[in-house]
Amino acid sequence: MTVTTTTGPALLEVEDLVKYFGSVIALTGISATVQAGGVTCVLGDNGAGKSTLIKILSGVFRPDQGSYRVDGEPVQFSSPRDALDRGIATVYQDLAMIPLMSVWRNFFLGSEPTKGVWPLRRFDVASARKIARAELAGMGIDIRDPDQPVGTLSGGERQSVAIARAVYFGARVLILDEPTSALGVKQAGVVLRYVAQARDRGLGVVFITHNPHHAYPVGDRFLVLNRGQSLGDFAKSDISREELTRLMAGGAELDQLAHELDRLDTAAPGPGPAPAG
Amino acid sequence: MTTAAPPVDERVAEISRLRRILVRPELGSVVGAIVVFAFFATQSSVFRSLDGVAIWLDPASTLGIMAVAIALLMIGGEFDLSAGVMTGTTGLVVVILATEYGWNIWAAIFASLVVALLIGAFNGVMVVKTGLPSFIVTLGTFLMLQGLNLGVTKAITGTVQVSGLARAPGYDAAKSLFAGTFTLFGVHFRVAILWWIAVAAVATWVLMRTKAGNWIFAVGGNAAAARSVGVPAARTKVLLFMTVSSAAWLVGTINAVRFTSVQANIGIGQELIYIVAAVIGGCLLTGGYGSAIGASIGALVFGMAANGIVFAGWDADWFKLFLGAMLLLAVLTNNMIRRYAEEARR
Repeated sequence: MTVTTTTGPALLEVEDLVKYFGSVIALTGISATVQAGGVTCVLGDNGAGKSTLIKILSGVFRPDQGSYRVDGEPVQFSSPRDALDRGIATVYQDLAMIPLMSVWRNFFLGSEPTKGVWPLRRFDVASARKIARAELAGMGIDIRDPDQPVGTLSGGERQSVAIARAVYFGARVLILDEPTSALGVKQAGVVLRYVAQARDRGLGVVFITHNPHHAYPVGDRFLVLNRGQSLGDFAKSDISREELTRLMAGGAELDQLAHELDRLDTAAPGPGPAPAG
Repeated sequence: MTTAAPPVDERVAEISRLRRILVRPELGSVVGAIVVFAFFATQSSVFRSLDGVAIWLDPASTLGIMAVAIALLMIGGEFDLSAGVMTGTTGLVVVILATEYGWNIWAAIFASLVVALLIGAFNGVMVVKTGLPSFIVTLGTFLMLQGLNLGVTKAITGTVQVSGLARAPGYDAAKSLFAGTFTLFGVHFRVAILWWIAVAAVATWVLMRTKAGNWIFAVGGNAAAARSVGVPAARTKVLLFMTVSSAAWLVGTINAVRFTSVQANIGIGQELIYIVAAVIGGCLLTGGYGSAIGASIGALVFGMAANGIVFAGWDADWFKLFLGAMLLLAVLTNNMIRRYAEEARR
């Protein structure tokens, strides 16, 4: 599928979002756009407001101020279901998967294909198995046995199954909450490849991470958050990986940190798991 | 957008076939049933005769109906401690309405079903609305029903027992449906055995081959994750509690019709036996895993052991010791099987 970045309305667009929790200002003045076939990265340290932002995007929270548009149309989501109905799917870090259930049962959980007439209407097990396997293969995920419990998959494979599932069920915008943060370098690479796959299929992707080295290779736009405020929204051509890292680290103790991060990028596993910001 | 499935590695397929048998939740109970049968068959010739089989299938049948329903609930991640005493409540409703108030027996049986569904719905709604552990909520229901059974029975009849159901209008037809016998190879079997087989078959079909079955595994495995992909977790759980109470209605009716009288304290303590049978059958206490067939086999093991000890001429007191040992063995086996199932393959 070829990708054209249209000049028409963005797939998803937010402007001047503000969110309070009591007297705490969780987010203020946040604007971002997601284009079809584009990856918008949201970067920030823990507590920067990344989680609040994706919860607004996915319909969990409503913003206190600001506008939220899908295909140029203003929307007000009252639940994640509303967002899903508009094709906005969120894959959370802890994953909506049941470890003891097989891959194909997980793949279709909540949207099971059925055949037959009530009271004999039944889960179409044969086609569920077949579709799950083919869809995963289509994204380059080789599951040897769709009957194996999801608990036996590696972290990267699980993320990939979750992404493949969202894509199959008609997601147009994929919100990925720290999909690489709990993974080692190799596994993170696997997931980044599927992010790129989804993008090439024409989906808009919102990629939340605190690791600029994961964000930079796949991102088209970079929104950097700090303490609930935007430090800027950059196109890839406007910012280098070093500047992005510098921005994330907030300028202080920079050389030391950049040095460490560079070494992490090329040799050792990435930073360990961290709670979402 | 789909491409062909990647070529299958035959070696992997072969291992996974063996694995698939080994990780079946029923495995432990099947092995247990074979061992228990073989043991008592060598001890007693009555036990292995067809008459003996009919005798030990009898207690296994009503226990099996309950164990299957409890297994569904446990796979869905909840417990019901009120299930045992509910078989008393439903039986009492049938007998009191039919004898003290002169209702037709079918009307009484229907009213009893309504009561059962209400109790099940109460349990379910309390659990999902409060978020309290079902262990505590149904312990409360258990105690309340225990008190109600005694209090109401005493208030109406002046004793702790109601009897005389055989005189109720429509009794004979009800008896052939719920408490009759059928003949196979010249031996009389209780019709409850057929109810048990039917309940186990329907439960297995629902679990393995329907949407609802997928949801039951999911709400037991991880309710939050299930909700986030659109599974109606609360409704699934409430319906599971109502399934258990419907099973209690069936068993209560079978017993009431068979014995034509009900003691107000009947069923107390049985709830733990149901859970034991479900666990022997491969249900995890943590939910999300188990089998209706396994729970049936667990009930079978129970029936064989309870009667086998008598047939072998031992003191029946030894039975509880045996049951406890069986339970521990089952839990340990389940744990091992699950670890094996979850183990990464690379």
